[in-house]
Amino acid sequence: MIDEQSLITINADDLVSQVEKLRNSGHRLIQICCAKIADTIEVNYSFDNNYSFTNLRIILPLSDLRINSVSAIYLQALLYENEMHDLFGVEVKNMAIDYKGTFYRTSFKTPFNPPTDKA
Amino acid sequence: MEGKKRTIIPFGPQHPVLPEPIHLDLVLEDEKIVEAIPSIGFIHRGLEKLVEKKDFIEYVYVAERICGICSFIHGMTYCIAVEEIMKLNIPQRAHFLRVIWSELSRLHSHLLWLGLMADAFGFESLFMQSWRLRERILDIIEETTGGRVIFGSSKVGGVRRDISREKMQEIVRRLKVFEKEIKELSNVFIKDASVQHRLCGVGVVSKEQAYALGAVGPTARGSGIASDMRKLGYAAYKEIAFEPIIESTGDSYARCLVRIKELFQSIDIIAQAAEKMVDGPIDIKVSGTPDGEFFARSEQPRGEAVYYIKANGTKFLDRVRVRTPTFANIAPLLKILPGASLADVPILILTIDPCISCTER
Amino acid sequence: MHFFVILKTLVKNLFSKPATVKFPFEPREYPEGSRGQVVIDTSTCIFCGLCQRKCPTAAITVVRAEKKWSIKRMQCISCGACVDACPKNSLKLDTKYYTPDVTKKEDTYNA
Ligand code: SF4
Ligand code: SF4
Repeated sequence: MIDEQSLITINADDLVSQVEKLRNSGHRLIQICCAKIADTIEVNYSFDNNYSFTNLRIILPLSDLRINSVSAIYLQALLYENEMHDLFGVEVKNMAIDYKGTFYRTSFKTPFNPPTDKA
Repeated sequence: MEGKKRTIIPFGPQHPVLPEPIHLDLVLEDEKIVEAIPSIGFIHRGLEKLVEKKDFIEYVYVAERICGICSFIHGMTYCIAVEEIMKLNIPQRAHFLRVIWSELSRLHSHLLWLGLMADAFGFESLFMQSWRLRERILDIIEETTGGRVIFGSSKVGGVRRDISREKMQEIVRRLKVFEKEIKELSNVFIKDASVQHRLCGVGVVSKEQAYALGAVGPTARGSGIASDMRKLGYAAYKEIAFEPIIESTGDSYARCLVRIKELFQSIDIIAQAAEKMVDGPIDIKVSGTPDGEFFARSEQPRGEAVYYIKANGTKFLDRVRVRTPTFANIAPLLKILPGASLADVPILILTIDPCISCTER
Repeated sequence: MHFFVILKTLVKNLFSKPATVKFPFEPREYPEGSRGQVVIDTSTCIFCGLCQRKCPTAAITVVRAEKKWSIKRMQCISCGACVDACPKNSLKLDTKYYTPDVTKKEDTYNA
């Protein structure tokens, strides 16, 4: 093992408070990414603090893809959140800058989560 | 701000100094930038999606092609992630070879950047000289891996080629000569008044800002954050003595200095690796399929790259997610730009060493 | 303040050989092991099709019945996966690159 990786699954409602807690303890937001697993979408928020890695995970059902933005806490999150919206169709509330689906120029909408298999 | 007119200038995606397409809407007040809004996606290739069509062994070739400059490290990080999931213990020699190739790719990437930088502030001969020296590194890379920029030498379970002992010594010798030439050239970057005039005090990001915005690589180290993912000790980096190079001023000049010093550091790391290298096999046989997930992190010339791999026990992976260093550095860029004059924009964009095609994958 | 620091390099440059070769007139020397084009030895090939399956870009087509092996040259990325896969060692990566062209060429070899 290179480093210990703690993966914590949390509730979507707790996201903002948990992220705030991490920010206050000096964590750096590394990335946010989505993964489509069967009929859910996993959203991973990864943080680093002095080379130790923490990951928060939220599991969203395909029928309800809504999440709160953390861009008020970490500004750069808006890039990842717009990416999330454009590629997976996750609706992010209160983003600092909302590109409304024009951040990525894809030839059809939400390529990583095509509408045909949306619940 | 009353009474002042604002102008919006679209910058890019095509611009003479930008080798790659990024688009910025620059909001200007006279010559001064007050806001910059980025938009990307001109070259989104969907390489992450391709993982559904290629099995996990073949995907190494795709991962390498995510970026044309740090190709080896992309391939290697992908391999590390898969190896961690499959709990493979790859031979020590392969680890050392990976370090050597990573550092060679850092050398050539930084020289490429120095050249582009010189070109951006209009110092043509410095640009040519940097690229002339870069060619030496490319020659070494081609001799050891068979490709000039796409190394193709990492695979799941080890590496595909070996470097013989004599060859290794020869490389170290050649790098010693190369070091002298680099010293001469880097003097120009460090001392020349015209270079300093364009770089010093331009585009300052403070340490706090850089950290809060998640800057990585030379952009972070130029602002005094000692973050270098090589310290995680992937491949054989734990056997090698080095310290992250940091500068404290946080301006364009600091970022340039960090990259120049890293050239010498890379040469030193290669020499150390050549000395400490152990004999033995270079790969192991891979059987079975991965099941699990892993976040692999590595230090690319441009900063920290994150590979997230989720496997499901079949030979096709569920998800590969690549967070490339440039993506993380776009946010600091947006902090750098406001307050700068329009003429400095190309240089400021270049100081984060943008690699847009890997940003969009 | 230092000015013209590059002068020394430039003067040296003036009196040294060009760093480049005059390409089309002077051939480029490829080092041993350079990954150029794929060459096939059809006398040993058994047309098993393994290379076709391993190729990440699907550049190779093998027709077993007709003993035909073809490669889309412009699609090949010279990765060497086919060379590693071939059970008969019939494939080799030549150090020479394939000549650039304006059409997408496909070369076919018959046994
Ligand atoms: S793998 Fe080798 S033997 Fe089989 S078809 Fe390809 S070239 Fe011929
Ligand atoms: S070298 Fe690679 S891309 Fe070219 S034919 Fe062989 S497997 Fe396919």
